Amino acid sequence: MNDITAAASVFSAALAVGLASIGPGIGQGNAASKAAEGIARQPEAEGKIRGALLLSLAFMESLTIYGLLVSIVLLFANPFVGRG
Amino acid sequence: MNVTQQALNSLPLTASVEVGKHLTWQLGPVTLHGQTMITTWVVMAILIAFTYFGTRKLQRVPSTVQNFLEYIHDFLSGIARDQIGEKEYRYWVPFIGTVFLFIFVANWLGQLPWRLFHIPSGELASPTNDINTTLALALIALGSYIYAGLRKSGLGYFKHYLESPILAAVWVLEFFTRPLSLSIRLFGNILAEELVIGVLILLVPLLVPAPLMLLFLLTGAIQALVFATLTASYVGEAVEDHHDEHH
Repeated sequence: MNDITAAASVFSAALAVGLASIGPGIGQGNAASKAAEGIARQPEAEGKIRGALLLSLAFMESLTIYGLLVSIVLLFANPFVGRG
Repeated sequence: MNVTQQALNSLPLTASVEVGKHLTWQLGPVTLHGQTMITTWVVMAILIAFTYFGTRKLQRVPSTVQNFLEYIHDFLSGIARDQIGEKEYRYWVPFIGTVFLFIFVANWLGQLPWRLFHIPSGELASPTNDINTTLALALIALGSYIYAGLRKSGLGYFKHYLESPILAAVWVLEFFTRPLSLSIRLFGNILAEELVIGVLILLVPLLVPAPLMLLFLLTGAIQALVFATLTASYVGEAVEDHHDEHH
């Protein structure tokens, strides 16, 4: 693996995680604030709201995880090693 | 050789971050990932032993382990009932429960200090840390919801494919995207957990990783819940009546 490929891999691994965490971060913030509003309005529904919140947070989290997976592949299992 | 990996492995510490290294066993033409097999067996042994000894001497008024097992059963059938519906859910409780319990125990097992046991290559970790395990689970989920649809309405299950070619394309695509997202979600989450723990142990070996490990117990449980809930909801969608409009 030459230096250009190594540098590009490390750089794009950082980009993959960084960019992939922007959208889910905003989404999780929205979801959490709405859930807090819902609990404030109806404290008796807290259990159900918390369940739905955790489940949907896990879904949003998985989008970041996809980005993380790309960067892990680039760092530890780079398919471009030995080419070029 | 990878530059990052070299940098990580050349640090003067005993701990190291290992990704994608496996203890391979050759079984005829099949190559097995040894450490995944070992921890899968451990998970199965825990589950089987627990349920076996918990269901000896069943009593009308449950106590201790039997009580706990009944609580777990109520929880699991609650997941199935919420997603599949009152009419059909009983048939699917064993499957959904098995999926949940296996992933749950597997995720939590990964937080044990497995690196104390040295094996020739790679290191012991939770079996869901291996994409093969999660992909197999996702394919089982795919097969089971197709089976659920066929069992409920025979070949009529595929009737809604004939209505519109564009929607049919989307539904065919779903056969690929659903197992993909199920497996990658679980695999990525667990791998990320173990990586974060690995990197932290590399930096600060004592105390600092402990609160994160507690957090990862929570996320491991949530991932098991997500996988089971999604499988149940796919099954539920397959067994609902197809006469009314598809959402």
